[in-house]
Amino acid sequence: MAASKTRSSSFSRHISVVPTPQIPGIKYGPNGTIFVSSGIPDLDRILGGGFPLGSLVMVMEDIEAPHHMLLLRNFMSQGLVHNQPLLYGSPSREPRAFLGTLPTPVLSKDDKSRDHETEQEKGLRIAWQYRKYFGEHQQNFEGQRDGKPEYCNEFDLQKPLERHYISGQNIDCVSLQGSPNLSSFRDRCSTFLAQLPRLPPFSPLASWQTPATAATAFSRSLFSSCLHLPEPPLPSALLIKAAIGVSSIDGMNLWVVAANGVQQSSVANFWWLVVRWGFLWRWTIGSSFVPRYDGNITCAGRIAIQSLYTPQCEYSNMIIEKHGTFFQCSCPYNLSTVPCFTILCKERWQHLADTLLSVGAIPDEDKELVNLLTGYQDMVGLLNVHKVTQCNTQVPVFLEATTFSIKLKKRRSLVLECLNQAPIDGSSGSSYATSGSCSGSSKTGKLDF
Amino acid sequence: MDRSPNLLDQALGLHDGESTWSGRVVLIEDCVETSAAFVLHHLVKGFLSPLSSSAIIFVAFAQPFSHYDRILRKMGCNLVVQKDNKRFIFLDMLTLECPGENQKSVEASLLPGGSRSITILIDDISLMEVAVKGSSSHVLDFLHYCRTLTTEFGCSLVVLNHEDIYSSIERPTLILQIEYLAEVIIKAEPLVTGLATDVHGQLTVINKGNSDGLSLQNKMCNFHFRVRENSVEYFYPGSRT
Repeated sequence: MAASKTRSSSFSRHISVVPTPQIPGIKYGPNGTIFVSSGIPDLDRILGGGFPLGSLVMVMEDIEAPHHMLLLRNFMSQGLVHNQPLLYGSPSREPRAFLGTLPTPVLSKDDKSRDHETEQEKGLRIAWQYRKYFGEHQQNFEGQRDGKPEYCNEFDLQKPLERHYISGQNIDCVSLQGSPNLSSFRDRCSTFLAQLPRLPPFSPLASWQTPATAATAFSRSLFSSCLHLPEPPLPSALLIKAAIGVSSIDGMNLWVVAANGVQQSSVANFWWLVVRWGFLWRWTIGSSFVPRYDGNITCAGRIAIQSLYTPQCEYSNMIIEKHGTFFQCSCPYNLSTVPCFTILCKERWQHLADTLLSVGAIPDEDKELVNLLTGYQDMVGLLNVHKVTQCNTQVPVFLEATTFSIKLKKRRSLVLECLNQAPIDGSSGSSYATSGSCSGSSKTGKLDF
Repeated sequence: MDRSPNLLDQALGLHDGESTWSGRVVLIEDCVETSAAFVLHHLVKGFLSPLSSSAIIFVAFAQPFSHYDRILRKMGCNLVVQKDNKRFIFLDMLTLECPGENQKSVEASLLPGGSRSITILIDDISLMEVAVKGSSSHVLDFLHYCRTLTTEFGCSLVVLNHEDIYSSIERPTLILQIEYLAEVIIKAEPLVTGLATDVHGQLTVINKGNSDGLSLQNKMCNFHFRVRENSVEYFYPGSRT
């Protein structure tokens, strides 16, 4: 529904005038936004086009479900297929090995037949009054397919990406294991960014050579008077694991995976660092890229950073994806043992993130759910969309549905579907669907109905 | 441009002229589910309207200038022109290089203001807190500084913060202090029944300032809103068909 929603804005008629992108993998959206694909066609459709360039996307992870890795892989593969520079930081010592697990795009012939099939299937399963929406989306996607380079591919999770994509020179891998602090990682990102072609629109930043150095300068200078707290070095016990994949149009995507062992006492400082880090990134990326893409865009890059989690709560993480940037940070499992600023950081991150997603596991053989949801057996997990980017607009986007099931089609490609709930017990079904998303709103106002 | 007062203006006491506005501290609180950024936009537009002569100092942590520019343009207010007229002073916190610049640039922007009423808007405080590495006392210092301006120069101060960030902290000093300082608190919350496409949330306006000296009770209003590209609709619950 997001697609039709954005198109129904008062500015929709300009969309047809929008120049067709010269660069594969880039799509123009309403309000002067530019999208890059998430690598999952359904997710692009849900989000109204993909991840906006220069936005921060965060995926909150579930303890029992590694589905964030599916999102990450598709995201990175899509960037590589479009020949976008990629910076990938990994928790492992050999981050390059992860590239071997990336999925390969499905050939477009297959693609078409599959789509046709999906449509029919949907037609059967979905009530007739909703069919018009599907028709709309279908059109939308057909239109994109006419262009030679596809904006979004479907990926076959069982076949590894072809070697020539992976061996490209524009891929940088960083292992953040054992890295003493985040600044080295930031430097690495800035070198990566410096390699991206620059355009005249970026000249306002000329005094700073790269956004990342701008961020450093910013942090050093602006608040140095306030630095009664010296910037705490991260404890050596801390292992930062970072995965970075970059794709952008002079913008970028970033995954951070981080951190194994933070000593309890240093957790506070650590979290402030991490949040500040995200804040600086948001600024440098957001302010240098997003507003200026009225101009021409020459290339796109993706940075993916994966996971920042502390030992106290290493079982529950979230990932933050930054316009292709994923951070994974901790979200405490057991509140009693985890200092509260961890939670505080979680909400700060949620505010920082432009797009907020979360993945969840599906409990095995839940009798109630089996009755409630059609196609329960095929589901791999659940994806929640908590927040959709509001770039250059004040109108919030409300999706028809916020919970989607992640399915594997023919055990190969990822598909997201609305939960089709059996109409018997709507109340419990919907409460399941929204559980955990809007729990903050329990306060009752004065005039409630 | 419609200047007919809407529910928000009425609740803020903006409908009967600008005079009542000066010297106030306003806190806007929102949460992840419901953003209150539109209230800021609404206020910016109101202050920059041709009818008033007030100026704005906008301290931006959350979004770049182009974001605000595009939004306000849709609302019929050209920020670039207002910037040239020195009525809209945008402090992009990324570009400030000197320590303490924050305070200085606010001061500097105040000087040529003369008798005009000036409003300082901060979007948003929680990011300022992040920028000073979590030292909320520094943020409070700055806020107190701004507050002295409100009494000395008749400035007003509008601050945006995210309420839910502090919900899990035991002693959320910062938000409590700001809530204490503020004369008007505007809270944006999702509907208790969940989000809908035609009602985007509810606003609660708590007006602590009892300028008439008669009513000791806080005035409190609650209404629903729906955000559009160029305006926001405010209405009482159930008043729409």
